[in-house]
Amino acid sequence: MSAPAAGTAIRTKSPHPSKFERAIVVGASSGMGAELAKQLAAEGAHVALVGRRESELEAVAATIRAAGGRAIVAKHDVTAYEDVPRVYEALTKEMGGLDLLVYCSGAQYNPDESVYDFAQDREMIEVNVIGAIAWTQLAAAHFEAQRGGTIVGISSIAGERGRRTMPGYTTSKAAMSTWMEALRNRIARYGVNVVTIKPGFVDTAKTAHLAKKPMVISPAKAAELILKAAHRGGSPSVFVPGQWQLVALIIRHIPSFLFRKLNL
Amino acid sequence: MAALPSLRNTAPWRVLDGFGISARAASRWVQPRSVDELANIIRRAADEDLKITFRGNGRSYGDAALNAGQLVVDNRGMTRVLNFDRERGTIELEPGATIETMWRTGLPAGYWPHVVPGTMFPTMGGCVAMNIHGKNCFKAGPYGDHVQELDLLTASGELKTLSRESDPELFRATIAGLGLLGAVTRVKLGMKKIESGRLKVRPITTPSLNAMFDCFVERMPQSDYLVGWIDCFAGGSGLGRGLVHQANYLSAAEDPAGRALLDNDKQMLPPSIMGVPRSIIWRIMKLMTNDPGMKLVNAVKYMLPETFDSSGTFTNTHVAFAFLLDSVPNWRNAYGDSGFIQYQMFVPDSTARAAMAEALEHCRRKGVVSYLGVFKRHKPDEFLLSHGLDGWSLALDFAVTPGNADKLFAVTRDLTKIVLDAGGVFYPAKDAVVDADSFARAYGDRLTRFLEIKHRVDPQGVFQNDQARRLGLV
Ligand SMILES: Cc1cc2nc3c(=O)[nH]c(=O)nc-3n(C[C@H](O)[C@H](O)[C@H](O)COP(=O)(O)OP(=O)(O)OC[C@H]3O[C@@H](n4cnc5c(N)ncnc54)[C@H](O)[C@@H]3O)c2cc1C
Ligand SMILES: NC(=O)c1ccc[n+]([C@@H]2O[C@H](COP(=O)([O-])OP(=O)(O)OC[C@H]3O[C@@H](n4cnc5c(N)ncnc54)[C@H](OP(=O)(O)O)[C@@H]3O)[C@@H](O)[C@H]2O)c1
Repeated sequence: MSAPAAGTAIRTKSPHPSKFERAIVVGASSGMGAELAKQLAAEGAHVALVGRRESELEAVAATIRAAGGRAIVAKHDVTAYEDVPRVYEALTKEMGGLDLLVYCSGAQYNPDESVYDFAQDREMIEVNVIGAIAWTQLAAAHFEAQRGGTIVGISSIAGERGRRTMPGYTTSKAAMSTWMEALRNRIARYGVNVVTIKPGFVDTAKTAHLAKKPMVISPAKAAELILKAAHRGGSPSVFVPGQWQLVALIIRHIPSFLFRKLNL
Repeated sequence: MAALPSLRNTAPWRVLDGFGISARAASRWVQPRSVDELANIIRRAADEDLKITFRGNGRSYGDAALNAGQLVVDNRGMTRVLNFDRERGTIELEPGATIETMWRTGLPAGYWPHVVPGTMFPTMGGCVAMNIHGKNCFKAGPYGDHVQELDLLTASGELKTLSRESDPELFRATIAGLGLLGAVTRVKLGMKKIESGRLKVRPITTPSLNAMFDCFVERMPQSDYLVGWIDCFAGGSGLGRGLVHQANYLSAAEDPAGRALLDNDKQMLPPSIMGVPRSIIWRIMKLMTNDPGMKLVNAVKYMLPETFDSSGTFTNTHVAFAFLLDSVPNWRNAYGDSGFIQYQMFVPDSTARAAMAEALEHCRRKGVVSYLGVFKRHKPDEFLLSHGLDGWSLALDFAVTPGNADKLFAVTRDLTKIVLDAGGVFYPAKDAVVDADSFARAYGDRLTRFLEIKHRVDPQGVFQNDQARRLGLV
C-alpha cells in the first residue's frame, strides 16, 4: 500500500490490491459475518470483529485464535454513529492499517401485513443504511488517500424491488445498494475496490422463520463466494449465489400492477 | 448552553493532498470564519486530544499541510483585507487572504508585494509559516523581512500581537515556524511602491552551470529580480546550461506608458495560449510528461529564449513575470495520479557550485532527471527556522510513479547527503522526503532553540502536521 520510501508521506497505487492483511468485519457475531471473519483469518488476515453481542464476538475470536489466527474484538452498536470514528481508529491503529472493510450488520423484520411499525422500519434504516454510510465512508476516505483497499457491503436481492411483505427492509437494502454504487463510482478510480453483495437465501438467524427458502446456501458457502468476489477486484455488484442474477433480472421487469399481486 | 458536539466524532473528513499530489492524507476538516470560532476549535481540539494542522491553499508541495487522521483547520474562511493604507503602503490581511488578494489591493494604488512566490495562490498563513521567498530574494530578502506585525493565537487561547519590538523572540520563531506555534490570524506588511505595471526583462542564455553562477554574480548589483531555468537533461560541458531571466522595475520616466498597466484587468494573462484554452493545456502537457517529450521542451526553452527587441529585452506585466506557472491552470495534473515531488536544495555560496554540479550529474547518472531546474540566489535573515542563507538554491521536480518510487527516493537520499556535506539546508514548503536526522543536522542549534519555544508555547503539542512528525519537529 504505502510506497517503500522510508519516512515519506508518499503513496502510490498498491501493487497487491487484493491481499487482505488487515480486515474489519462489522456484524461479525453471527451468520455470514462470523463466517467471513473466520475465513479471512484462515487466509492470514488480522481480523477485527465488531458487533453488539460481545460474548458471541469473543466466541468467534476464540475459534479463530484456536486455529492459529489473529482476531480482536470491539463491542459497538452501529447506530451509535458518533462512536464510529473512535472505534475505526482504535482498530486500525491496533492492526497497523486496513485493507478490507466488510459491512455485514443488518436488521430485518418481516411484519405481518396488517402491522405498521415505525420503530422497526427505523431500526432497519438505521442499521442497514445509516450505519453502513457511517462505516463505509470513513473507510472510503482513508482508502482514497492510501490509493487502495476494499470495501464490501452486504446488501440483499431484496433491494431490487419494493415488496409488499417487507417495505422497510426492501427500502433499506435499495438505499444501501445505491449508496454502495455511488461510493464505487466515486472512488473506484483511485484503485479502491467497492463490492456490493446481494445474497439470496442464506441459512442464518435471519431466515430461520421462513418456511420456503429456494436455492438456500450455508453461511460458510456465502462467505466463500463473497470473499471470492472481493479478491477478484474490479468493484463488482454480485449476487450470491450467482443464479439470483437471473431471478433479479426477471423480478425487476415485472410490471408494478402484476408485482403487487405477487405474495413477495 | 448545550455542549458542542465533539469534533473528533462529527467533523467531516476530507482527502487532502500536497501540491505535488503524491503526498495525501484523510483527516477531519473544519473551516472557521472568525478568530472566535478558530479559538473555539483550538480549545475543543486540545480537550479531545486532536492534533491541529493549519492549511492555507495547500500550495506546499509535500505534507506540510496534511494531518493524517487528525484535524485540518482551513484558513480559507478568513480571507478579508482588514486595512490598506495607501499613504504608507501597508496592508493588513486575514490569514486566508492570498498573494492574489494582496497584489489586487495594492496595484491600482501603485503597490506590489515586496515578495511573491511563483504562484499567486498561497495564503498569508502559509507565507508566514514558510517565510516564502521570491525571485528577488538576493535583494528583497524573504517575506518575513516585510512583515511588520502579526497576531498569533496560541494553544492557551491567548491572542498575541508580535513584532520586532514586542516579543521579538516569538516573532522570529513564528515566521518560518511551520504553523507549529499557533494560528496566524492577522498579518501586517509593507508593500513596494511601483510606477509602472510592468517589468523590463532580459533573458540571458547560459551555456553551463558555472556560466549561470557567473551571470548572477555579475548582474545582481543592477537587477531587481534574477531567476535561472536549468535544462537538467544536458550533460558534459553543457551540464547545468539554461536561461536566466533578469527583471527590473521601471520608473515613470523610463516607462510612461506603464502607468496605465497599474490596472488589475491589464495584468491578467489571456484565456488562451496559441489558441488553446489555458484550462485544458495540462491535458496536452500530460502527453509530454515523459522523458523524451521533456527533453524536447527543455532544449527548445534553452535555444529559443523569447522573442525580444534589439536591446535584448522585453517587457512583462508583474503578473505575467511573477506567476508564469499560474498561466496553465492545473498543470500539476499533467503528472498523473502519482504526482511528483519537488526537491529544493539550499547551499552556502562557498560550496554551491560543486554541490549543484554534483547533484545534477548524480541525477543524470541515475536516470532520475528533473524536468526543469529553478535556480535562485538567497540571503540570510533573522528568522529562527528560515531556509534563508548566504547561498543559492536549486529546485528540481521529479515525477513519482508506482514503478520509480524506490529509485527516486534512493536518489533524493543521495541529494540529501550532498546538501548536508555542503553545509546546506532544506525548505519545508517543498519537502516531502527528508528524514528527521538530516533535518536536525541541517538546522542544528536553531532546531533545538525552536523546539524549546515550541514546548513553551504549545506544551501539549496540539499543533502538528505530517511533515513535522516526519522531521522530528514535535
Ligand atoms: C507553483 C508553485 C510555485 C511556488 N513558488 C515558490 C517560490 O517561488 N518561493 C517560495 O518560497 N515558495 C514557493 N512555493 C511554495 C509556497 O509559496 C508555499 O508552500 C506556501 O507556504 C503555500 O502557502 P499556502 O497558503 O498554500 O499554505 P499551505 O501549503 O496550505 O500550508 C503551508 C504551511 O503553512 C501553515 N499555515 C497555513 N496557514 C496558517 C496559519 N493561519 N497559521 C499558522 N500556520 C499556517 C501550514 O500549517 C503549513 O505548515 C510555490 C508553490 C507552488 C505550488
Ligand atoms: N440470511 C439471508 O438470507 C440474507 C439474505 C440477504 C441479505 N442478508 C444480509 O446479510 C447480513 C448478515 O445477516 P445474517 O444473515 O448473517 O444474519 P445475522 O446472523 O442475524 O447477522 C446480523 C449481524 O448484524 C449485526 N447487527 C445487527 N444490528 C446491529 C447493530 N445495531 N449494531 C451492530 N451490529 C448489528 C449482528 O450483530 P449483533 O447482534 O451482535 O450486534 C449480526 O452480527 C445482513 O445485512 C442481512 O440483511 C441476509
